Amino acid sequence: MRVSRPSARKAGLAIAAMSVAVSAAFAPAAQAADNGKFRLGIVTFLSGSAAGPFGVPAANAAKLTVEALNAGALPAPYNKKGINGMEIETVIIDENGGATKQVEEFRNLVQRQKVDAVIGYISSGDCLAIAPVAEELKTPTVFFDCGTSRLFETVKSPKYSFRTGLDAVVDNVALARYVTETRPNLKSVASIQQNYSFGQDSWNDFILTLKHLKPEIKVVSEQWPKVMQGQYGAEISALSVAKADLVHSSFWGGDMEALMLQGSARGLFDKSPIALTCGDTGVEDFKDKVPNGVIIGARGPYGIFAPQNPLNDWFRPKFTAQFKEWPTYPAYKMVQAILAVKASAEKTGKPNAMPTADNVIQGMKGLTFEAPSGTVRMASAGGHQAVQGVSYGEYQYDPKTKKGSVTKVKSYAAECLMPPDGTTAADWIKAGMPGAKCK
Amino acid sequence: MNTLFAILIDGMIYASWLFLVAAGLTVIYGVMRILNMAHGSFYAIGAYSAASLVGWYFNGDGDSSPYWSYALLLGCALVAGLVVGLVVEQGLLRFMRGRDETLMVIVTYALLLILEDATKLLWGVDPYFAYQPYRLLGQSAVGDALSFANYDLALVVVSILVGLAAWYALNRTNKGRLLRAVIHDREVAMAMGVNVNVMFAVTFVIGSMLGALAGALTAPAISVTPGIGIEVIVLAFAVVVVGGLGSIGGAAAGALLVGLTRSFAVHLAPEIELFVIYGVMFLVLAVRPQGMFGQILARKI
Repeated sequence: MRVSRPSARKAGLAIAAMSVAVSAAFAPAAQAADNGKFRLGIVTFLSGSAAGPFGVPAANAAKLTVEALNAGALPAPYNKKGINGMEIETVIIDENGGATKQVEEFRNLVQRQKVDAVIGYISSGDCLAIAPVAEELKTPTVFFDCGTSRLFETVKSPKYSFRTGLDAVVDNVALARYVTETRPNLKSVASIQQNYSFGQDSWNDFILTLKHLKPEIKVVSEQWPKVMQGQYGAEISALSVAKADLVHSSFWGGDMEALMLQGSARGLFDKSPIALTCGDTGVEDFKDKVPNGVIIGARGPYGIFAPQNPLNDWFRPKFTAQFKEWPTYPAYKMVQAILAVKASAEKTGKPNAMPTADNVIQGMKGLTFEAPSGTVRMASAGGHQAVQGVSYGEYQYDPKTKKGSVTKVKSYAAECLMPPDGTTAADWIKAGMPGAKCK
Repeated sequence: MNTLFAILIDGMIYASWLFLVAAGLTVIYGVMRILNMAHGSFYAIGAYSAASLVGWYFNGDGDSSPYWSYALLLGCALVAGLVVGLVVEQGLLRFMRGRDETLMVIVTYALLLILEDATKLLWGVDPYFAYQPYRLLGQSAVGDALSFANYDLALVVVSILVGLAAWYALNRTNKGRLLRAVIHDREVAMAMGVNVNVMFAVTFVIGSMLGALAGALTAPAISVTPGIGIEVIVLAFAVVVVGGLGSIGGAAAGALLVGLTRSFAVHLAPEIELFVIYGVMFLVLAVRPQGMFGQILARKI
């Protein structure tokens, strides 16, 4: 059939007009700034490889906590409804897609969705990209999970950016202390890390600290597969041949579980035990697939290491009952970030009034608040970075209950692991960690 | 000595996995001239089907032998590949026949994105495990330090069998000869009475079944998570481009070259591991732009 030019043009115009009409009808309308609800932007991975082990548990924790806060069902000191009496409304965004997309989404959240605060970001790359934009748009932004130690080196004088979880330095300083205390005969160590900033920084921080604590230690192999490689046969052979006394890995999510599965099936970890800084997310799934004695971390006192307190007594069973799985560390860190915003707003806001951005940032700077992981002090990076201890333990599987747990747990106080404000982690470790207060 | 042995075995194991992933891709391109980006999704669907079926099998209280799980792996991969391949070919690609190769890349890329979302819709974003078949075959020790999972060694045998079967089917059977006629000259084959439409449909389904088979056989060794299909398609393309698009022998040679080179890098210079696959690709294409076994086709007038 031949189509004449005028009719094709008309059809084109009609389609264009329809497209405009349809997009106008379905586009999220720019909301009024004040609808009587405290609007919270939540950004976490809802798709991609980080969704299952990190993003979705964090999103689930956010939903559970916000519902409970709106119902006034949390234990004290969070038993006042919503945030400062205002009902909380969430706008949940997928973190997948890279830093450029996330900057666009962040601007959209702030300028079109008119959120009062944003909580989000698992990826360190996304945190580094968002922090300057948060300062530019003057929006209280709480980074709940990302581990980069460069966050407050990039934004040197933060006003609106906060991190209520720990960075990756403390994980590795704590792990180096744990292995030197529990394995005094350790002579050699090997490494397998995902080949990007988190993996590289984790290994650097660990080996720098370990060499300081145990100068005679030898590095016998370093393996650098790419993120999401999935197959680690050759790396496992290389680690087997190296015969290290310990393998260190900051692998996370599916990569970590695949490495454990393949390495265990080949008996690697019977000869060279492994220490996993992000092992907490695998404990429920490991069962008898990995040997007992694997050193497990949760990037802080979260997940399986969370202490008993009224908030944890509320959170852990609620989450487990509702989502049919244990809350792992990303879930704990999400709750922590939401409670930090609530505590900040209620500390400085007028009673039962909508908290302003200034209320949130003034309240959060230097705040001490309670969370399911214990007491959190915003005491680093000028009051913008959380300070907490870190725990490590060893995996133990019980064939009777078919459940894994951790034993031989050791906890390290923040004062033992963190450099003083204004000193970079690398400089502090190289200088011999002056001022570290360990028991 | 241990290191050299490990390099060879690891290289073979990785190459066999690469070949399994790339075989379906190269079969489809060889016959249909479609660079099928959705092949990664077939791999993911095979992996998810296998992981959920094997998980269900081992979670049951039955007394059946665990070795039946291997039959489940193979069976569900073949069924999943058959169903998805048939739906895609008959529901979409049938209407796109004869289109430009570049357009088909875009079409199959769109299909990849759709199938990725469909996979998430069906299986969610939580990881799936089907580890029992991986451990069931035990391990073989080599010296005091090195041991290999027998499952991985079995995969080498499976990939050799798949390669031989593909070669035999193409070169020693009547249907294979007809297929080669279609590959050589579609118009003349049609004129001689070959039902090219049926040939294309069958080829695509075989290719998708091979993709799903690769996913299902890999599932026991990995954590099956969203995104595995996209990760694998890049590697599969690297292998078929190095070997020469559309050649089964080329895919095997490309997989072996990439597998062994990567294994050398992991054992001797791990810091260049990320680069080495693309380094091999660059070197091969610099010398032979059509790939190791690729043929330069005469342009029809």
